[in-house]
Amino acid sequence: MSTGTQASDGGPGAAGATVWRVRGLVKTYPAGRGRRAGAAVRANDGIDLDIRAGEIFGLLGPNGAGKSTLVRQLTGLLRPDAGRVELYGHDLVAHPDRAARLIGYLGQESSALDELTVALAAETTGRLRGLSSRAARAERDDVLDELALTPIADRPLKRLSGGQRRLACFAATLVGDRRMLVLDEPTTGMDPVARRAVWAAVDRRRRERAATALIVTHNVIEAETVLDRVAVIDQGRIIASDTPSALKASVEGEVRLDLVWRDQPPLEIPEVAALRDRAELAGRRWTLRLPQQRAREIVASVTGGPAFAALDDFTLAAPSLEDVYLALGGREKGLVKA
Amino acid sequence: MSVVSVPQPVPLAGAAGAEPAPPAGPLAPRARLFPALGAVYTAQLSRARVARIPLLFVATFQSVGIMVLMRGVVGAGSGAARAVVSGSSVLVVAFVALNLLAQYFGQLRAAGGLDTYATLPVPPASVVLGAAAAYASFTVPGTFVTAIAGCALFHLPFANLWVLLAVVPLAGAALSGLGAALGLLAPRQELATLAGQLGMSAALLLGIVPPGNLPAPIGWLRDLMPSTYGVQAFAATFAPHPDWTGVLADLSVCAGVGVVSLGLATWAFRRAAYR
Repeated sequence: MSTGTQASDGGPGAAGATVWRVRGLVKTYPAGRGRRAGAAVRANDGIDLDIRAGEIFGLLGPNGAGKSTLVRQLTGLLRPDAGRVELYGHDLVAHPDRAARLIGYLGQESSALDELTVALAAETTGRLRGLSSRAARAERDDVLDELALTPIADRPLKRLSGGQRRLACFAATLVGDRRMLVLDEPTTGMDPVARRAVWAAVDRRRRERAATALIVTHNVIEAETVLDRVAVIDQGRIIASDTPSALKASVEGEVRLDLVWRDQPPLEIPEVAALRDRAELAGRRWTLRLPQQRAREIVASVTGGPAFAALDDFTLAAPSLEDVYLALGGREKGLVKA
Repeated sequence: MSVVSVPQPVPLAGAAGAEPAPPAGPLAPRARLFPALGAVYTAQLSRARVARIPLLFVATFQSVGIMVLMRGVVGAGSGAARAVVSGSSVLVVAFVALNLLAQYFGQLRAAGGLDTYATLPVPPASVVLGAAAAYASFTVPGTFVTAIAGCALFHLPFANLWVLLAVVPLAGAALSGLGAALGLLAPRQELATLAGQLGMSAALLLGIVPPGNLPAPIGWLRDLMPSTYGVQAFAATFAPHPDWTGVLADLSVCAGVGVVSLGLATWAFRRAAYR
């Protein structure tokens, strides 16, 4: 997928001054009571972030990593236990109400808008951002046109497909022109056309209005293609933060080998049996992360020997952000590659 | 993205590299109370087309059904008939404004829908008042249909039905404020639904039966329900020479409870939305 930008790995310094500065953010959820008793959960454990003007910054991590808790604190919805959050020079811990005047936020939840039509959802959001009726309607029309939503403008959100509904909510987020966009898994459920529309709209705002975007995602492919920089978050901590290409360079020399068996893997072949212990198993798919030379040897032996008859498919791929995540010690199987 | 293609945002120009405190950037305006209230109200009214209309029928049928039932035991034109007709009419308000609004806010809160409002620069009061006003408006047609059917059924005068134009908004304010507060304060969605149902049942049981026949403790309970004062005000207007001062006093109680309960609901909204 293309963002419509030039190479998205501009590297540090590609964007402007730091506009969002987060230091030492801590949030602990108290232990449950009664039957749900358990230890307190430290959802964010000393998070530092610097987001620069004009960049598309990503938070990547599996479900439960602490992304949503972090975003809720950044947008003034949740008060941190400790730490500082400054956006465009405003202290959002002391003045959480200012977040709404600086940020266009797309949450994961749309129930407040679900029974409105696409047009009214966008218009109402504009009016609740302080626009006059006329300005809200004009911006609504522009945004619906831009995202090709005009043909379904009169349909209630709840009667749309998941992807269309998401796009309609994204449209509402854009009305009222905020320089900072916070988009929590914006493209969930969308088809490729809608995804392109989202990234083109974000990119357009950054080119024309110096907008900055913070994107929450657990989608590795999207993270690699659209983000300028990405912070990898795991168990409440940021375990790495850099451009996608720099992060991938940290696992250079390794490749990922996927073997997909037709039916049962031929464990009677000693080379195959030896691989099993090193592989991540997901049904008929085995995934191995190996040095390049070793991977080539395995491919040669599997495709040249008797194991080939049992093999359905194999791929040898350069490392992805998921491999980076795993190499950094992240827990397994949290990220999606779709 | 290339280095040169990204313009610096205006307020931070020149601040690049300055680690501590760049000058604070401009804030977008807040939405003002009344325009935002209007926007929420319009949006909520439009939901009626999608979601609320079947429920309005239920509210009206329920009230008309109760009156038909009571017609079997209450004589036309009597004092009891006035209590039944006014109680049934105000019940429509209780059903929608108290019960349905409690459910709506309970649902919104459980699903995380309050975030949508909490991340917009909108006064919490405009969200609560806009929703409450819309739910009160939903009740207008049903209340009039019920009152007209009741007057026909119990041979009561139609002349003072206009007073519903005051009863519906004022009883609506009191009951919807209560409904919103229950929905936002209930720790779980099911409890919000339950509280709304119980509130409506109380309005039904304590509002429709003529007060003279109730045992004293139940009478006190009746005095605690804000809907009671709407019922009393409306019932009084069926008299040949209505006591307008009494009507005004009862409506003032509704208005007072409305102010308090909507204030409570606004506080509850703030509490639920920002943690």
